Amino acid sequence: MSTVLKSSAEETPAGAPSNSAAPKRGLGSRMRRLNVPAGLGGWIWLAIIIIPVYYVVITSLKTQAGYFGQNPLALPTEPTLENYQMVLEADFAKYFMNSTIVTLGAVIPTVLISFMAAFAIVRGKGRFLKLVNGMFLMGLAIPLQATIIPIYLMIIRLNLYDSLLALMLPSIAFAIPLTVLILSNFIRDVPNELFESMRLDGCSEWQTMWRLALPLTRPAIVTVAIYNGLHVWNGFLLPLVLTQSPGLRVLPLALWTFQGEYSVNIPAVLASVVLSTLPILVLYVVGRRQLLSGLTAGFSK
Amino acid sequence: MSNAVSTAPKTEAATRSAAVKSGQRDKALAWLTVPALFFFVVFAVVPLAGVLILSFASWDGIGAIGSAGLSNWFSVLADPGLYNALGLTFLIMIASWLVQTPISLLLGVFTAGSQRYRAALAVLYFLPLLLSSAAVAIAFKALLDPNFGLATGLGLPFLAQDWLGVPHLAVGLVIFVIAWQFVPFHTLIYQGGVRQIPKSLYEAAEIDGAGIVKQFFHITLPQLKYTIITSSTLMVVGSLTYFDLIFVLTGGGPGNSTRILALDMYLRGFRANLMGPASVIAVILVLIGLALALFLQRLGGQDKQGSQLEGM
Repeated sequence: MSTVLKSSAEETPAGAPSNSAAPKRGLGSRMRRLNVPAGLGGWIWLAIIIIPVYYVVITSLKTQAGYFGQNPLALPTEPTLENYQMVLEADFAKYFMNSTIVTLGAVIPTVLISFMAAFAIVRGKGRFLKLVNGMFLMGLAIPLQATIIPIYLMIIRLNLYDSLLALMLPSIAFAIPLTVLILSNFIRDVPNELFESMRLDGCSEWQTMWRLALPLTRPAIVTVAIYNGLHVWNGFLLPLVLTQSPGLRVLPLALWTFQGEYSVNIPAVLASVVLSTLPILVLYVVGRRQLLSGLTAGFSK
Repeated sequence: MSNAVSTAPKTEAATRSAAVKSGQRDKALAWLTVPALFFFVVFAVVPLAGVLILSFASWDGIGAIGSAGLSNWFSVLADPGLYNALGLTFLIMIASWLVQTPISLLLGVFTAGSQRYRAALAVLYFLPLLLSSAAVAIAFKALLDPNFGLATGLGLPFLAQDWLGVPHLAVGLVIFVIAWQFVPFHTLIYQGGVRQIPKSLYEAAEIDGAGIVKQFFHITLPQLKYTIITSSTLMVVGSLTYFDLIFVLTGGGPGNSTRILALDMYLRGFRANLMGPASVIAVILVLIGLALALFLQRLGGQDKQGSQLEGM
């Protein structure tokens, strides 16, 4: 493709002197022309995204009477926080804590051990390390949810059924392949000379890993931590299968049971949806760039 | 770990042949993979083998596990429910791909533009990424209420359907909600891909007098080849695991009309307490996932540049 364009560009030597001006004018007109259909599509998609979000937020602020009486898309005439109060009284603080514990308990070990493995895979050349890498790559292609039945069996046999630890262990295993892949891509970008100079200074690989590779890949580590954190935070299947006590519910599971119990009180159900999303929304407002790059972690590096 | 600390200086002092040195270093490095390897083997590889073994067992999820020989396989393969689930899984996979790919590609190009308002819109586009599948499903259930939802709010009576009660409407709804939830993610991927296309290509095309449409089809699209493959791989393999969204939204109903494979596995295993047949479904899921990933990787050809799922 590019060759075609290049050769045709070369055919117009007359355009060369005015080169500096032409592209600017050209780009400007390109954007103006793009504006109409693209802009229209952009606003339509915005409506598709925003209307549901808007509906959820305003409905969560309505009283039951307001929900039944008002136009569904009208702002609440008497906004109330009683739905939120009701959700919080339904132990949501506890579920929030559970989600936090599981997320941190899964993400921190995942990132730590994946970083060590990624470092070894990048730095080493042996057959064993190649094999390990190949195995992790295979793990990417397998829908690991399909292993839920044996995991359920193992968790029972390990006497971990109905515990938060039961949610962390498989989450760690599921997250390892992608985390190793992304981190090893980043460690590979560290200039080899830096590793060499560490070696000449008499540093062991262990020291090199912590003193050189870790600080240099810190942005990537934040990125994968966010990616994994979001997945664990929003995970539904593992808590559904591996826990049963109400006291051990994580947020997505709590949402689901809450909407089952309060199906007549839609504003309260939607308040629970808003509340469960609030921590991530805060994260989005504070560190949007980090969060978004975390979401596509490595897919569009 | 002590191995890693002690080996390197020793080899440094002894200045032995390079082969020995790298061999020893590899040994030290190999130890670093042990924790990750341990977790992955115990909670991913062993279960993967376990699911194959359980597909030949009879187990109700609580009691003792017995041998079932091939009977699970025979019963599941003879069950029209399997083919219903398989068909639906592929229908939703293909429909989701057809709906999501053009939208996310165009939105990716759109949000990669430099105009201010586009960046502002993008901030809002990505909101669905923050929601869990359970939250999305619950929100849409409320939204689709014929009396107190969107239909009344917008004054559009055709939206007041029994979305969750009529099979083909439920399937359509599932495809739409999946798109609503996942288009932002793929938009993000395409946005990244578009930003990597060299500006000079467009400048050259401008000089040639190529219009936007031509530029899109002759520059943007070919340049995004690997992004398209990456995004499609994630979309297609990911579609096998839309479990949570569909579980909360429709529960597989009405009837079995949205009972995709992953849901079929769950319902057979944890609702009907037939872990053996459920494991058969799980094995089928794994095989489909592997086959699809290999196929899509083949499509990408040997040149892996840009594809982050290399080596699969």
